[in-house]
Amino acid sequence: MHLAYPAVLAILLFCVGVYGVLARRNAILVLMSVELMLNAVNLNLVAFDVWLRDSLHSGQALTLFTITIAAAEIGLGLAIVLLVFRNRGSADIDRLTGLADRDGRPHPDHDAAPAPAGDDEKAEATA
Amino acid sequence: MTLTALAVLVPVLPFLGAAAGLLVGRRAPGFVRPIALLPTALSFALAIVVAARQGTGAPTDAAHRLAATGTVPIDLALHLDGFSVLTAVLVGLVATCVQVYSVAYLRDDPRYPSYAALVSLFTAAMLLVVYTGDLMVLLVGWEVMGICSYFLVGHYWETETARSASLKAFLVTKLGDVPFLIGVFALASDAGTFRINGILTAATHHELAHPTVIALLLLAGVAGKSAQFPLHTWLPDAMAGPTPVSALIHAATMVAAGIYLVARLLPVFTASAAALAVLAAMAAVTMVGSALAALAQDDIKRVLAYSTIGQLGYMAGALAVGDRDAAVFHLLSHGAFKALLFLGAGAVIHASGTNSLTAMSRMGALSKRVPDAMWTMGIALAALAALPPLSGFFSKESVLRAAEHASSGDTPLVPSAVGWTVLVAGLATAVLTAGYATRLFLLAFRGSGPEAPDHGRQPFLMTGVLWVLAVPTIAFGGLTYRELPDWFDHSPLGPTLITSVLGAGLAVVGVVVAYGAWSATAQLRHDHPIGAVVAEAADADAEPELVEAEAIDAHEEIYGDIAASDDPGDPGRLLLGPLHRHAARGFHLDALYALLFVRPVLAAANLVRFLDRDVVETYVRGAGGTPRLLGAAVRRAQTGNVQTYLSALLAGAVVLAVLVAVGA
Repeated sequence: MHLAYPAVLAILLFCVGVYGVLARRNAILVLMSVELMLNAVNLNLVAFDVWLRDSLHSGQALTLFTITIAAAEIGLGLAIVLLVFRNRGSADIDRLTGLADRDGRPHPDHDAAPAPAGDDEKAEATA
Repeated sequence: MTLTALAVLVPVLPFLGAAAGLLVGRRAPGFVRPIALLPTALSFALAIVVAARQGTGAPTDAAHRLAATGTVPIDLALHLDGFSVLTAVLVGLVATCVQVYSVAYLRDDPRYPSYAALVSLFTAAMLLVVYTGDLMVLLVGWEVMGICSYFLVGHYWETETARSASLKAFLVTKLGDVPFLIGVFALASDAGTFRINGILTAATHHELAHPTVIALLLLAGVAGKSAQFPLHTWLPDAMAGPTPVSALIHAATMVAAGIYLVARLLPVFTASAAALAVLAAMAAVTMVGSALAALAQDDIKRVLAYSTIGQLGYMAGALAVGDRDAAVFHLLSHGAFKALLFLGAGAVIHASGTNSLTAMSRMGALSKRVPDAMWTMGIALAALAALPPLSGFFSKESVLRAAEHASSGDTPLVPSAVGWTVLVAGLATAVLTAGYATRLFLLAFRGSGPEAPDHGRQPFLMTGVLWVLAVPTIAFGGLTYRELPDWFDHSPLGPTLITSVLGAGLAVVGVVVAYGAWSATAQLRHDHPIGAVVAEAADADAEPELVEAEAIDAHEEIYGDIAASDDPGDPGRLLLGPLHRHAARGFHLDALYALLFVRPVLAAANLVRFLDRDVVETYVRGAGGTPRLLGAAVRRAQTGNVQTYLSALLAGAVVLAVLVAVGA
């Protein structure tokens, strides 16, 4: 089989993944797109391993590593998405902008967090 | 021990006492009183020993080269002669009396340790000024006294009056000290030495290049320290300090330092007739003005403060006619009776609960409450009025005699106009002095009305000190005027017929007129029962100092003015007529200074504040503003949307890749 077929497929898969990461709004779909990109890379690795007739099959070995790490990554990612969804009631990436820097003022979310601590300190001081 | 070692111990002992008091005062309250009393008393005893051993002999000099400056060296020099040893005895006596009195007066004051240490330091500084033979070392003591007076006058710093009074005392005396310092430098560079002996040798041989300039510069410092016109305004306000401090600073030590300095450096001043004329004019204006102002004051301590200024004017007058014997003689006798007057005033204020003469004149039986204060103050006021045979009579006669001598042109180097100025002003002041002394006594002790509140017996320490000081007040002048010339410059100090008849006669006239005015206003005082407001918190157990602090604090509130009260029954008002209003306010000098100096300074401060806040700060803000704007632009990119970041990242990577590909 000519090398061009798996290479073109990998490029297509990667582009779909890039589009998904950059454009999808649902966090789970973004994670799936990341998987697409990883798998495009895996496809390349296997294809070139065969084409180069590598005696050590380092391409295939690296693929196994990538699959393992991708599994761990997706596990962590899904857990984070789940927690974000539980906290905010949505997994919409466009609305997860808590790290934005707005005119030097701390974000309301950040602002709200220390305030109760301050109250506690005052309560301790008066007690 | 040698005479020199004894003399060194005299200023060192109070200094060590002050250091020890400041170090251990808080940790060991039991030691505070011994630490305050013993060094001062011991140094008083040593000062007497030094005086006895020095006696009428030739001056003793000892010096240790302190700093080889390269040009004019500075020596730790000691100079003992009749002037210095006798002045040191006076300083020791007054300081010891003040320390003893303070033990009772500030019985429960939490700041007593630092107070007593500062009084000791003050005493040490004055003794240093008295004994030293080097102008630079003298300047050290001179400035230490300045800062101590700042702290001590501001002892009741909780009250606004005391705070502003201490600041004023410090600033006004510093105003004189700056020209003084320049004068000292000019004098030393002309004479080639800081040693007083060397300077006097140069002055008597006419080797000073600029005698008039130097003398005038030194006079500015003397006017500040010794409260002479036009720098006298700090002294009446300094009465906001505790009474013992007034007695110490304003009777024997700080204000005496200026007179003492001129006495030591008299040949420098007689080298310039212009300086003598300025000194005489200063003394004359000071004498008459302060006596008029004293006649109008309502605060008992301010009366005494103005009388101090007036008596210092007498001393300055004696110096202006070139007779330092008379000046120091008056300094010694005045130190004793003025300390007595201040300490007595403290007892009176404690007993009556007010410092206002108006209130005291509406108070019956005050003399029964404080009989010791009444008798001793009566004696001291008679001495102040120069009634024979008290010591004030002899010392004031010596001044008038010297002025009379100079007015006939018999004193070398002194123009006769200077003598006439001092003589006329001195005689006019004699009448006024007798008048305000009589007014003070009658208003304070011969009042009628509701009984004075009972504040308990005066502590023995306070009344005992009064009687101790009464001894030199009565006897010092009469017993010593024959012997003192041997200690001094051998100019005769005894009263002559013409001046003593004139002086005593004028004093009697003053007493009689004041008594007449007092009798004439008795009905008015009876009809206007104002001013019977006294310190309320003063129960029988309160320490005397608290009563005074409250009285000072309440005076302006109750009587409307810090200096005067609106009392139609005041004999001073009858005597001064339309002048009273101006005299009560010190002839508006304070207002004039406020207009001339205080307001321009405040305006300049405002200008500086404007320049700093609105001009300089604008540049600083601008320098900060540009990066801030840039930062705001960059901040726009930080949307918080991860996908935007990634898109930018990808675009950048693609651009880089294309560039690399094209470049390759």
